[in-house]
Amino acid sequence: MSSSPSLNTWSDALSGFTIGGFPLGLIIVAAIPLVFIALYALTYGVYGERKFSAFMQDRLGPMEVGPWGILQTLADILKLLQKEDIVPTVADKFLFVIGPLIMFVGSFLAFAVLPFGPAFIGADLNVGLFYAVGIVALEVVGILASGWGSNNKWALYGAIRSVAQIVSYEIPASIALLCGAMMAGSLSMQHFNVVQSGPYGFMHFFLFRNPIAWLPFIIYFIASLAENNRAPFDIPEAESELVAGFFTEYTGMKFAMFFLAEYGSMFMVSAVLSIVFLGGWASPLPNIGGLALNTMTSGPVWGAIWIILKGFFFIFVQMWLRWTLPRLRVDQLMYLCWKVLTPFAFIAFVLTAVWEIYM
Amino acid sequence: MQELGKAELNSTRIIRQDDNRVIIEKDLDTEYMVLSMGPQHPSTHGVLRLECITDGEVVVEAEPYLGYLHRCFEKYCEKIDYPAIVPYTDRMDYLAGMNTELAYCITVEKLLDIEIPRRVEFIRVITAELNRIASHLVAIGTYGIDLGAFTPFLFCFRDREIILNLLEWISGARMLYNYVWIGGLSYDVPADFKKRVDEFVSYFKPKVVELRELLTENEIFVKRTKGIGIMPAEVAINYGWSGPMLRGSGVKWDLRRNDPYSIYPELEFDIPVPDGKFSDVGDSLSRHLVRALEIDESLKIIEQCLDKMPEVAGFDPRAVIPKRIRPKAGEVYGRAENPRGEVGFYIVSDGKSTKPLRCKARSSCFVNLSAMKDLSKGQLIPDLVAIIGSIDIVLGEVDR
Repeated sequence: MSSSPSLNTWSDALSGFTIGGFPLGLIIVAAIPLVFIALYALTYGVYGERKFSAFMQDRLGPMEVGPWGILQTLADILKLLQKEDIVPTVADKFLFVIGPLIMFVGSFLAFAVLPFGPAFIGADLNVGLFYAVGIVALEVVGILASGWGSNNKWALYGAIRSVAQIVSYEIPASIALLCGAMMAGSLSMQHFNVVQSGPYGFMHFFLFRNPIAWLPFIIYFIASLAENNRAPFDIPEAESELVAGFFTEYTGMKFAMFFLAEYGSMFMVSAVLSIVFLGGWASPLPNIGGLALNTMTSGPVWGAIWIILKGFFFIFVQMWLRWTLPRLRVDQLMYLCWKVLTPFAFIAFVLTAVWEIYM
Repeated sequence: MQELGKAELNSTRIIRQDDNRVIIEKDLDTEYMVLSMGPQHPSTHGVLRLECITDGEVVVEAEPYLGYLHRCFEKYCEKIDYPAIVPYTDRMDYLAGMNTELAYCITVEKLLDIEIPRRVEFIRVITAELNRIASHLVAIGTYGIDLGAFTPFLFCFRDREIILNLLEWISGARMLYNYVWIGGLSYDVPADFKKRVDEFVSYFKPKVVELRELLTENEIFVKRTKGIGIMPAEVAINYGWSGPMLRGSGVKWDLRRNDPYSIYPELEFDIPVPDGKFSDVGDSLSRHLVRALEIDESLKIIEQCLDKMPEVAGFDPRAVIPKRIRPKAGEVYGRAENPRGEVGFYIVSDGKSTKPLRCKARSSCFVNLSAMKDLSKGQLIPDLVAIIGSIDIVLGEVDR
């Protein structure tokens, strides 16, 4: 079932476009989001993190490779590819190898349902949001496999912490997203964008349309930080406590896969946050009288630009927090989840339901 | 339901239920895990190794293992002349070389009983206090890293860099100065010294406030440190604690006041002691707080010294340095307040040799660290990291 038939005709038509039996259209539709993700995750996520942290800490950051060090990450990836692939002799080899793969796959499968514009979406599932929340939970299996398979005490600590944390934080995160689903009346990712786009730009976004929406918005943002193991909730890999947490024993490309998965899911949660509460690819600019800003800035290409901009903004906020705040302790983290976020998520859930019924 | 018996091992319980059936309840088997923390762990501040016995995340017992940086300081001292020991003292507490040099030099001067020119005393105090600030900046910055805050660390190091440049300018080295000599200094300070130190003080004052707002008053930071690793004052005294550690427990003890040396009696400064409002007295936060407040006091001391420092034309800092140091037979203990506590040297001279018969160094970090076993009982691993960070050890001084 598709919630937006007109958009899908567009993308179906593009998908059906072939040159001499070569499915060029399909490749464009399927590949553009993935190419973007790869580019982003490989270079600009890591590069941005390093540059932002450098600016916050009064230093320059990478400056040597390319202008302003813009190719630094590529050089790093090349270096990691050349590294020896070490598997500890006492490790459980199967789990050790499969761990990063599961994590990588779990992180990037969620991109299948992210709409990068009215036309660019891997699969507009009618349960897209549910799928995105569910598939990311696969990462837990990867973390546990690598933590256990490493046969390292620090890695085991990291893995167990991480599983407790991610599983716990999924509850407030999911409830907060359910509030969004109630407002949209659907779980389809494309539908979220459609109901939030309109001539008045940002006035159609749930965050500005519904006075309660800021509560699930903040709850989901905090919970997503914890789900991504980002500071101040980065206790599974707390470098000063657990050396490197669950990836202590990893080197080379396996290590890079953890990194890519982390940056991938950073973008994923940022995109989900902007899709559910901030209109995704819908343009925030309103039509003011004769000045049709909204109409001018809507369309497939603009949509991709908007969602990427919104995603980048939340990634920036994540980095900003990371480089400002110290780390919470395990029990404080659990306290925050079960005694603060979850009750407030339920309150938000009830209030949103009341609002949707009576307003 | 009635409990018939209980075995300690595996907490087995034999229970008679209401319908007279006897069942044996057994908890899940759990075992303690031995966790070796360090010497290559990121938050053991060097090469400290802690052997932790853990029950899940709870540390049952943690015992520090030392000696990875042992360099036979005391034995070397018996083989080299008195002035040649000065560079070795730098390598003890490498974050506060000036202070350790000062402690060693005042000890030998006590043994020789020589009078030091006033200008030399002022320069010694200024450099020692500058180094104290630098050392506390490292302590505070790395403490931030231990708790996951990376940015304060780089802010601290940015400001420390200025101090190190100043000290490099006057002594020629960034960390291992060999600047304070027995009976004087290696060189007089450069011509613009006063101006540049003044510039640093006025630059640094707002940065202290910035650091306080960023780290000390941060909600998460307070949550992580308040009430963690509480050390009561009596126990701290019994352990022989000194410096910010002892003052963190609420004891107003500072050798600059209690056993004054150099020109400290002439200077006005407070000894910060936590009052229990912002922190629980004796916890990790108190110890951090004392260090943070001591930076302000050191700045005060530097300002006063710059005002009072006499300008002597054609001043020779080596004027009263004895040509040949051969103290009369006897023994002496001299001590000074280092950033990490009391550093003392116990020197025995046989009266014939130019080398000490025995030179025992009392290390503040070593004594402070000795309470680790007590402090770590029943703490979580993240709290253990917070406690080690608050002790602020320099392994060079612990192992010597």
